[in-house]
Amino acid sequence: MYRILRKKSLNSTVTQMEIEAPLVARKAKPGQFIILRVDEEGERIPLTVAGCNPTEGTVKIIFQVVGATTEALNHKNEGESISDFVGPLGTPTHTDGIRKVCIVGGGVGCAIAMPVAEAFYQLGAEVTAITGFRNRELVILEEEFRACSHRMVLMTDDGSYGRHGNVTAPLKEMLESGEYFDQIIAIGPLIMMKFVVETARPYGVPVTVSMNPIMIDGTGMCGGCRLTLHRDGKAVTRFACVDGPDFDGYEIDFDEAMSRGKMYGDFERHAHEATCNLFRGV
Amino acid sequence: MAVIEKKHEMPTQAPEVRAHNFDEVALGYTEEMAVAEAQRCLHCKHMPCVSGCPVNIAIPDFIERIKQRDFEGAYGIITESSSLPAVCGRVCPQESQCESKCVMGIKFEPVGIGRLERFVADWHNRNATEPPVRPVSNGHRVAVVGSGPSGLTCAGDLAKKGYDVTVFEALHTAGGVLVYGIPEFRLPKAIVAKEVETLKALGVTVETNVVIGKTLTVDELFDMGYEAVFIGSGAGLPNFMGIPGESLKGVYSANEFLTRSNLMKAYRENATTPIMKGGRVAVVGGGNVAMDAARTALRLGAECVYIVYRRSMEELPARKEEVEHAREEGIDFRILCNPVEILGYQNPDDPRDPKNGFVTGIRCIRMELGEPDDKGRRRPIPVEGSDFVLDVDTVIMSIGTSPNPLIKNTTAGLEVNARGGIVVNEEGLTSRTAVYAGGDAVTGAATVISAMGAGKVAAKAIDETLKG
Repeated sequence: MYRILRKKSLNSTVTQMEIEAPLVARKAKPGQFIILRVDEEGERIPLTVAGCNPTEGTVKIIFQVVGATTEALNHKNEGESISDFVGPLGTPTHTDGIRKVCIVGGGVGCAIAMPVAEAFYQLGAEVTAITGFRNRELVILEEEFRACSHRMVLMTDDGSYGRHGNVTAPLKEMLESGEYFDQIIAIGPLIMMKFVVETARPYGVPVTVSMNPIMIDGTGMCGGCRLTLHRDGKAVTRFACVDGPDFDGYEIDFDEAMSRGKMYGDFERHAHEATCNLFRGV
Repeated sequence: MAVIEKKHEMPTQAPEVRAHNFDEVALGYTEEMAVAEAQRCLHCKHMPCVSGCPVNIAIPDFIERIKQRDFEGAYGIITESSSLPAVCGRVCPQESQCESKCVMGIKFEPVGIGRLERFVADWHNRNATEPPVRPVSNGHRVAVVGSGPSGLTCAGDLAKKGYDVTVFEALHTAGGVLVYGIPEFRLPKAIVAKEVETLKALGVTVETNVVIGKTLTVDELFDMGYEAVFIGSGAGLPNFMGIPGESLKGVYSANEFLTRSNLMKAYRENATTPIMKGGRVAVVGGGNVAMDAARTALRLGAECVYIVYRRSMEELPARKEEVEHAREEGIDFRILCNPVEILGYQNPDDPRDPKNGFVTGIRCIRMELGEPDDKGRRRPIPVEGSDFVLDVDTVIMSIGTSPNPLIKNTTAGLEVNARGGIVVNEEGLTSRTAVYAGGDAVTGAATVISAMGAGKVAAKAIDETLKG
């Protein structure tokens, strides 16, 4: 069992937890993920690590309540435990030789983008952060991003906070003005990452994206997380759990990944409703 | 006494009943049936059956005890050689191992050794009251990576000799392929759990949720004080064919499909893990895993399940009993066929149509058998222009696996072959001092019992080295 030491609500649908998992805390690096099960009958879900404290032996996760499992997880309180927590899985974000980086985070993806920005900041790279949210109410980690970037732009879709528009607008301005980045790292919804890639393409700036497909074991055994990459005119298959979750954004077949992500859409909606009803006592 | 020419039949659930439930298919012998079957054994002096067993169980001796109705005594003899008797009695391909060497089999049917082994193990599990005696510790510590058949066997053999053994398992439940791969109707999970409990009673510690190569490395295991490491991490990565359409929704690897159903219990009402149920299903491949996937799909409510296999029934690598059971249940064997493309739905007028991207069929080409290849199996050759389409909603690829690279990539000096399998000598020793390996991590996909044999060999070598 893995104890929840701290729990904090970041906005109405996003929660942060620090979970006691000393072996994972000792090893986890930005970009890697864990898999958890809330209880004995639960499904396995992957969540990217949002930070860790090796001394205390805790791992920070930040999740949005979108389905049955995240709903059940959100009902756990400080001091309670979850049944399984395994990791760190996947390969860490590549940081070598990158001096000037632009981190683009969208929505709850900012939870993963933040420790990546922090890692670059601590390595002495020049960090630009662009974060985007649907509206003011959903903004998370604003102060944290400011603390680990040299420049930060916050966007909201409806203009209720920060600048009005989506994350590609400031990115495009920067690139158009002749600014160059060694690397752009985009972490957020698939559609956002796809458009960050399209924005950067004319300027030839490398883009890394963090993929979060459906997974079961997280060690390469099931193949459910497979992605198609277009490399040198050929389609190649890669597993996000072992080959990723970071990939070259120019190679990813985003349309296929979006389609595969919806494979169990109906099931998930029903399961979420059932779980909500359970907690409401309906 | 007249010779009984055939094995005593083992009762099974009727095909039309079992095709709709996940309860075990074969029900096992009664005591009377077991004793009667045991009487068929000639107790040959040279015991050819023993040489056909990868773990060399003293087969005639345990059968002799059954004749005397000393079932617990029979169990004692089996467990001297096997740590997982209730598992092997169910999943070993006896027809190509012990039973293939049985003298009775020359003129008649061989003795039903597998059925008798299963009977003895089940009798013990039902009737034994005494927990196994925990041996006195010899102070040596051994780490085992993976809790599948090779790891559990290695752990069990060493624990019986007094070693402090810790088994590290990546998933949340111990058992490896026995829990994520082989379905409930062929190997009930309660039986695997019971075998694991027996090992724990012998002093084995099982640490779940630890991925060696990620959470800890092999080198760290030595730093932690383990004196030897056995790697039984299994075959790992599923193979795909590399044909168009394999990323459509509704295409699974057999590993994923079976893991969803077996480990994550997606077959149950109210399961939290989803799986595609019903409709029409094509399983590509002809091994035991393909049979398991096909029969699982059927039980999940498929209206029709095809096995698509590129050679003929003669070459099907699956265990004979599984093929027979599958046919009885109504699995439709499309032999001498090979998929060339998986077809999907795409509404030309509506890119948001929720049906877009789901499988609608599988295009296959007919095959004929040519000259034998270097393994003596006749090579399948496509018949040009013989394409046809099977309309299906789900495709399950069951064409083997490749070794998982997680350990190789994090263990300096660990030699692997061109296929990624860990290289070992005849004692299971790898290119690294005190690091042993066995099972599918070495051989690529093979059988439960051959993995157990490898675990056993390594346990013996570890014992000799550490005590030496």
